[in-house]
Amino acid sequence: MGRQVLLIEDEPHIAEAIRYVLARDGWEVRHHGDGGDAMEVIRQVGPDVLVLDVMLPGRSGYEILQDLRRDPALAALPVLVLTARGVQHGPEGATRVMAKPFANADVVSAVNAIAGRGEAAE
Amino acid sequence: MIPFNILVAVCLIYVILLFVIAFAAERRARLGRVGWLRSPMVYTLSLSIYCTAWTFYGAVGYAARSGLEFATIYLGPTIVFIGWWVVLRKLVRIGRAQRVTSIADLISSRFGKSNLLGVVVTVIAVVAATPYIALQLQSVTLSFGVFASGAPEGWALPEGNGTALWVAGGLAVFTILFGTRNLDANERHHGVVMAIAVEAVVKLLALLIVGVYAVWGVADGIGDVAARIAASPIADWPLQPGRWIGLTFLAGAAVLTLPRMFQVMVVENADERHLATASWAFPLYLMLMSLFVVPIAVIGLSVLPEGSNPDLFVLTLPLAAGQEKLATLAFLGGFSSATSMVIVAAIALATMVSNHVVTPLWLSLRQGGARAPGDVRGLVLMSRRLSIAGILALGYAYYSLSGGSAALAAIGLISFAGVAQILPVMLGGIFWRGATGRGAALGLTVGFVVWIYTLYLPSFGPGGLLSGALLDRGPFGFGWLRPQALFGIEGLDPLLHAVFWSLSLNTFTFVFVSLLSFPNPLERMQGLAFVNVYDHGPGPRGWSRGGAEAEDLLIMAQGILGAAEAQEFFQAEAAAQGKADFLPETTPDFIDKLERRLAGAVGAATAHAMIAQFAVGAAVSAQDLMAVASEAQQILEYSAQLEAKSEEVARTARQLSEANEKLRDLSVQKDAFLSQISHELRTPMTSIRAFSEILMDPDLPGEMQQKYAEIIHEETIRLTRLLDDLLDLSVLENRKVQLNIKVANLHDLLDRAVQAASNTRPERTFTYHRDLPTEHIPIITDTDRLVQVFINLISNARKYCDAERPELTILVRKRGGRITVDFIDNGSGIPKTAQRLIFEKFARLTDTQRAGGAGLGLAICREIMVNLGGTISYLPGQGGAAFRVALPSRPESRKEAEG
Repeated sequence: MGRQVLLIEDEPHIAEAIRYVLARDGWEVRHHGDGGDAMEVIRQVGPDVLVLDVMLPGRSGYEILQDLRRDPALAALPVLVLTARGVQHGPEGATRVMAKPFANADVVSAVNAIAGRGEAAE
Repeated sequence: MIPFNILVAVCLIYVILLFVIAFAAERRARLGRVGWLRSPMVYTLSLSIYCTAWTFYGAVGYAARSGLEFATIYLGPTIVFIGWWVVLRKLVRIGRAQRVTSIADLISSRFGKSNLLGVVVTVIAVVAATPYIALQLQSVTLSFGVFASGAPEGWALPEGNGTALWVAGGLAVFTILFGTRNLDANERHHGVVMAIAVEAVVKLLALLIVGVYAVWGVADGIGDVAARIAASPIADWPLQPGRWIGLTFLAGAAVLTLPRMFQVMVVENADERHLATASWAFPLYLMLMSLFVVPIAVIGLSVLPEGSNPDLFVLTLPLAAGQEKLATLAFLGGFSSATSMVIVAAIALATMVSNHVVTPLWLSLRQGGARAPGDVRGLVLMSRRLSIAGILALGYAYYSLSGGSAALAAIGLISFAGVAQILPVMLGGIFWRGATGRGAALGLTVGFVVWIYTLYLPSFGPGGLLSGALLDRGPFGFGWLRPQALFGIEGLDPLLHAVFWSLSLNTFTFVFVSLLSFPNPLERMQGLAFVNVYDHGPGPRGWSRGGAEAEDLLIMAQGILGAAEAQEFFQAEAAAQGKADFLPETTPDFIDKLERRLAGAVGAATAHAMIAQFAVGAAVSAQDLMAVASEAQQILEYSAQLEAKSEEVARTARQLSEANEKLRDLSVQKDAFLSQISHELRTPMTSIRAFSEILMDPDLPGEMQQKYAEIIHEETIRLTRLLDDLLDLSVLENRKVQLNIKVANLHDLLDRAVQAASNTRPERTFTYHRDLPTEHIPIITDTDRLVQVFINLISNARKYCDAERPELTILVRKRGGRITVDFIDNGSGIPKTAQRLIFEKFARLTDTQRAGGAGLGLAICREIMVNLGGTISYLPGQGGAAFRVALPSRPESRKEAEG
């Protein structure tokens, strides 16, 4: 156990694809589609890894990331940021940034990698 | 005999009847059913205020004294009207283009909106009108007297002055009630015009019936009358060519310059084409009015006792024969001639006094000037009422002073000669670009003074206002300054003498000073607008974009036009600019329109002064000056050129910095746009790539394969649609779109759109409210593009309207050449902060899934509307989300919508 990932993504099709590939890899995937109340959901779920989209209704992924890093309980949470706008200026505080569209295998390996690093850091 | 009380009662009933007519006409006009109120016939009949009590009674007296000479009074106007194409058409065109409120306003506006000239013309008009009004009082008083004399007992006529006072007071009250119940921004009085048209019929019928009675009742038909004419002294009157030409000229001049004629002819004119009808119908009316003048005069001379006043034959002839009803009708005819003249003259003069004297004075005396004008309407109304009372008081004073003895015709001609002083300046103003305000002011003054000295003052008789000695020997013994023999020229008829000298000196001064002086820029522009009124539209603009705040202007305009009218005007202007609120951009165009609107209420000079307080830095723009200069052969003054140049430099600098800023904005926008496009393209690509990789897995169950293939298909379609929209938008934005212009019925287009939008959220019941009859409007445009806009708006409503029972109201309106279509739903609308964003590209307010589009819909709509020469805007305050589509009903040549 302990392999739970929270996916925050508003595009239902993309969310479904990620959920499918991560579940196939043995992850338990929880999905949420809105930025406004994302912080509450993160605190409530307490995931091992967070996959976060940047363009979200309500609140942007950047803002959520900032809040995360300021919260001592969540500051070390490994976060994979997905962006559709190119990665040239990757957001401050992301564990890893990945551009859309992505290869499914890359998402899986990235999630695994940051999950491992996150555990190691703890 | 008819008792005095009954006669008064008849008058009162008649007046009340006129009131009812005026009231009904105004009511109709307010309801917008102007229709026949503004027909050419009513226009022609209203012109008949030219025929006053002087004409009604005096023409017969004139004929009895001087034979056919009375016909000159009709001949002059007849010539002017038959030749309407030359002067009248131009006057009416200018009057409408410049929203002229009076003849003083015309002159003032022509010469650079100079208030000084307005005052000069007002003074001339008031002084010249005084004898004329006295004349009306005299004729009504005399006609009352006729009924009294010969009365055995019962009622004795109060002495003449008393009656005249009562008549003057009554007419003042009547006129105030009639003409100043409200301040009409257009200075149009539907009620008054209608009442006057009715009076025109009454007086014509009265005179014709008395004439028929005289010819066939008193005499024995036409043969007998012809014989009597041949036998009477009238036939022997020698024709004096000098007087004939002089009087015809004078009457022709008067019909153009009498303030009341100007009022009905120009200010109240609803349609230039009415002149064409009036050009034959008005001379016909005059001919009918004069038809029985000679017969009545001849029969009166032969039947009535020696020494009867021939001015009253129209009344005394039937009375002597005991025809009391006929006499009463004749009395009413004379009464209505007098009342209609006094009403219109007093209204016209009061407008001048309030616009050119009282309002400017009040504004200059007030702290804060025109910036805080407060309730100008109240002031204007009050000053008009007082002016009416004052003008009638002056008329009464003249009547008392002149002793009420002179023959009617003589008094009338004094007035004619007075107002004729305006003629040179008027004609010069509309035909000669070189005429200047200084020349006009001096010419008018000279003419006016000469007229006063040679005709007006002597009219009170020796020992009146000028002593007999002065009349005989000149002032201080200067014989060559004798009022009736200037420069020693004797033996001339006093009237001709006065007309000759006053008009020649007037014209000479006007032309001479004009040639010597330079007009200022505003004068030059107005000169151009007047003289070339047929080529130019409303004339060049007088304002540059300045610091005028729309809100300040609105507050000021409300004080003058009234709250509702001012708001309606501002809103209409804002709407024309594509703005949805009350306050339009204060563009030069708008300020110019506002000035003309205000000019319609308070005159050009005052309106200009009031606007000048707000339009900071307002000056004649360089372009306008260049336009004037290139057309005028005159030299543009050096200083004006410099001023214009420096202004142009400043403007160019301003434009450059504006352009710079715009470029910077554009670059930022372009970056944001590219980033948005990237996002919008990558999103569907992401799903497609992810699911196609998943589909590569051979172990994937069959139903999952099916489902994921569907997702890929769906996303591909979304991608295609996005690319289509982007392409469409880029074509529209570059204005390279090929418009496919067709004629269609707007109703059918809406039907098509409603039908096409029905597959958006088809599961919801969605109610439409449409007023089908109003939708049947022909429209010439690219119908497919327009339907595309409609579909977009209807689909949006179906998609986003969050009401429990969603409804959409579609309202079609046509105003002038523009059609507006409003789409109003009953949802919670769009928040104020977002209202400005919605027409931007990718401005999507809700999440993607519900929208299902890329957020380009309204941006495309906006571009389509620009291409169609129209606008689309958000209408706030309608309850739900509301959009207004506005476009011309046929393509305009205009390149781009302003604002």
